[in-house]
Amino acid sequence: MKKSLPFLFLLLGAVYVVSTLAPPRSKSEFDVRGFSRLPVLADGRLKPIDTIARTSLLELQGKQDFIAPDGTALQPVEWLLDVFFNPAVADDYQHFLIEDPEVLAVFGKEQGTQKRFSLNELRSGLPELERQMKLADPVDEPSRSAFQREVVKLYQRVILYQRLQSAVSLEDSPDFLAEILRFQQMLPSWAATMQARKAGRTFSDQDAKMADAFLARFQFMSDSSDLLVIPPDPGNPDPTAWQKIGSSLAGSFTQGAINPNVMAYAGLGHAWRLKQPHEFNDLVQLFTAQLATRFEPQMQKCRAEESFNHAEPFYSSMMLYVLAFLLAVVSWLKWPDLLQRSAFWLMLLAFLVATAGIATRMWLEGRPPVTNLYSSALFVGWVAVALCLVLEKIYRNAIGAAAGGLIGFCTLIIAQHLALSGDTMEMMRAVLDSNFWLATHVVVITMGYGATYLAGILAIIYIVRGALTTSLAQDTADALTRMVYGIVCFATLFSLVGTVLGGIWADQSWGRFWGWDPKENGALIIVLWNAIILHCRWGGLVKQRGLMMLAVFGNVVTSWSWFGVNMLGVGLHSYGFMQSAFYWLIGFVVLQLLIIAVAALPKQKWRSFQAAGAS
Amino acid sequence: MPSPLKSLFRSFTSLRLTVVLLVLAMLLVFFATLAQVDLGILAVQTQYFRSLFVMARVPGTGIAIPVFPGGYLIGGLLLLNLTAAHAYRLKLTWSKSGLWLTHFGLILLLFGELFTGLWQQESLMLIDQGETKTYSESYVRTELAVIDTTDPKFDDVVAIPTEALENLGTIQHPRLPFRIHTAAFYPNSALRMRSEVPNAPPSPANQGFGPQFVILPQPVTYKQDEQNLPAAVLELTGADGPLGTWIVSMGLTEAQSLTVQGHTYELILRPARHYHPFSITLLKFSHDRYPGTDIPRNFSSRVRLRTPDGRVDREVLIYMNNPLRFGGLTFYQKGFQNDDRTTILDVVRNPSWLLPYVSCVLMGLGLVIQFGIQLTRFLRKRSATEAAARVAA
Repeated sequence: MKKSLPFLFLLLGAVYVVSTLAPPRSKSEFDVRGFSRLPVLADGRLKPIDTIARTSLLELQGKQDFIAPDGTALQPVEWLLDVFFNPAVADDYQHFLIEDPEVLAVFGKEQGTQKRFSLNELRSGLPELERQMKLADPVDEPSRSAFQREVVKLYQRVILYQRLQSAVSLEDSPDFLAEILRFQQMLPSWAATMQARKAGRTFSDQDAKMADAFLARFQFMSDSSDLLVIPPDPGNPDPTAWQKIGSSLAGSFTQGAINPNVMAYAGLGHAWRLKQPHEFNDLVQLFTAQLATRFEPQMQKCRAEESFNHAEPFYSSMMLYVLAFLLAVVSWLKWPDLLQRSAFWLMLLAFLVATAGIATRMWLEGRPPVTNLYSSALFVGWVAVALCLVLEKIYRNAIGAAAGGLIGFCTLIIAQHLALSGDTMEMMRAVLDSNFWLATHVVVITMGYGATYLAGILAIIYIVRGALTTSLAQDTADALTRMVYGIVCFATLFSLVGTVLGGIWADQSWGRFWGWDPKENGALIIVLWNAIILHCRWGGLVKQRGLMMLAVFGNVVTSWSWFGVNMLGVGLHSYGFMQSAFYWLIGFVVLQLLIIAVAALPKQKWRSFQAAGAS
Repeated sequence: MPSPLKSLFRSFTSLRLTVVLLVLAMLLVFFATLAQVDLGILAVQTQYFRSLFVMARVPGTGIAIPVFPGGYLIGGLLLLNLTAAHAYRLKLTWSKSGLWLTHFGLILLLFGELFTGLWQQESLMLIDQGETKTYSESYVRTELAVIDTTDPKFDDVVAIPTEALENLGTIQHPRLPFRIHTAAFYPNSALRMRSEVPNAPPSPANQGFGPQFVILPQPVTYKQDEQNLPAAVLELTGADGPLGTWIVSMGLTEAQSLTVQGHTYELILRPARHYHPFSITLLKFSHDRYPGTDIPRNFSSRVRLRTPDGRVDREVLIYMNNPLRFGGLTFYQKGFQNDDRTTILDVVRNPSWLLPYVSCVLMGLGLVIQFGIQLTRFLRKRSATEAAARVAA
């Protein structure tokens, strides 16, 4: 029974992973899943509505789970459907996250247990918010106070919400479908009126006034939204010529007819609001079938992306990493062989799930694995765990599994926080639009980061086990030392080559190999530090403890280069400005320094060496 | 007993020295990065990296003292240390071949950066659609151009670098029939219409546009995206006496003219120009955006490159990550303005641009060889111990 423990853990893990792939159990009669798979062009990328729902929720309230005021849990797409088509209901949804007490004061509220507010609860304070926004906006972003930053953030969230409301339907229209149908009826005569006015002929004043009013409303719709939901016309050869509903309707005056896809969205909204599931589902089916005749490859990608969003592979991977880490740590106390193998298999499973996630993202984006800060976090973890799998295969002492589980978990948590500012599969800005350099420089240097962190985590394991427990026997200590040394060599190679590749890319783009840019300096510091560790070791200037202390400091150096330099807001590389991350960074650095201080204690104070000395 | 000179020399080969120098280099780079926020990249490059020492002023006095070794000193000592170590300590064996390759690549890289610091010249070309240009303009240096436009067939230009005006002296050039005395010079300034500044003192200028404007001196800026606008007050004196006083400023983009001895001259302060033996015509600048957004996808300039002797006449597409290399110069797509009608090309002369590429290959190869040797040794030992354990069991 005990012998099959590793297999049992693996089975459990596999069952868990497979369960995340199952389609969402639909509690409503509406085919919300079909709706969520409809394609929309936003931020330059064709994506399913499901992605828009999830990223909007993340931006507004920091998480994808939403609970309606009556206590029911809504899927992201159900929330979005209400935002799109049911403003009366959505305005009561508490999705604006406000934690800063000074911002709450703007709305006359005190800080209590409530953290999320609805538009109706905030409505009275909106003019004041706008006034504060006008004061904060002209100030340079790095120089803004915490209050100003929160004001700007909240304002942008309110704007996001209002833009979503006007994206596919008019917010203040009691029945958008009826309006569109009326418009369709009057269109021939109104189009004629507009033409007559343009040509200077006589026209009906009353007709022109009504037509102008409608045109203004459609123009407003178009200006207030970034979602291009209407596919290109059948005759249009440009597959990226998607349109906003507002623009399409405004164009109806010259086209002479309303685009049928606009009618589809209006019908969907009508059916949703009046709770007519059959009509809704029929429309979704018809619309999907019609799109599939011309856009089947894009629809396929949208379906895959919706499944990917639902499966949340990085979340399941993260859970498996935690379990692997715990099993590895326990294996140092009891059942070493069984638990070590269990930890290894779980870590391997988590690694495969994360690999599938990264590969899916690569396929969806058509890009190499690292394109922005979010994907760099995913990849740093991936590289570190890959190295840990190799270490665990060689040494079989659960140290690789512990380190891998820990780094895997931490990088995925960091990635989760980096996903709060919008769609993580964003389009590459001009200079970054080069798959060759993204695949070489960025990938290689991220591998260097991952390896440096791994060396640091291994060193932490050495120090914690050695100084605080009695479990660091001599052969474990020697194994750890060889591991750290080997990983530092790997890190030196990749960070040096990655940095130089970055310089060559800069030479092709910006006219100079090296500009002493903060990000370049950060990468250089990592190379220098890794070189210092190697030179100290080769010169016999440090022994085991010294090596570990230097390796832990490598964590500080890499964190500075990866995140710290972005916070300076200077140079050609500053494209990731994070405020709250600053405090986390400081906390992390302090923790590393504390660990180094523990390691600096004289050998006699280390519990493992005391035990060894006594025996 | 080794002579003190010999022991000094030997100390240069020490690995301890390498570590100390590497740590100093790390600290230098770190502090320079922090300093950039206030000083800007160019100032930091000069003060921290292209110097022997980082200087600081003793508070309360104007005395500058060195507080930290600068880039040239650390780099120079590292170079010395590396060469000495290879000459005296490290043997040229196969087992150390990776190390030799890596270090040699590093030396090449350091020299490459040294040469770039000494020899690199960067300038800008702003070309409107349809316009042909034969010169590029300096980023920071400016010049006072005195142009004899009398002959309709050509312009005779005397370009006086602004540095010559900074000393507030008098300039006499053989081709000019008048002396130029700089009465005042402002490294950075703002130009305002006199009507906007009612309480301004009377203008020092009595010719050209000067009387209509007021110069407001500004502190010199180091911010990366801000430009300094120099201005000067010039008194011109001809053979027959004073000709008048003019204001010149980078804010005055139109030339001011005067007539002396039947010749018409134009005065203008403009970015210093580098003339080239070829011309570039902008045919079309393209700014591709992602559909439905303002996010830039690609910038590109389609240009026509021609030499006056007719040997070169071709169209080239310059875009991000794809510069044009011609005539010892490299042209990069840097930016655009004027609603996508004007392209901005970055023109770089850097004779040592290939060195980093060679160095990358050498260092990469060297490290792979060095670590590969160590890895094979480790794996061989490991399988030997495992085989021995299996035999013993």
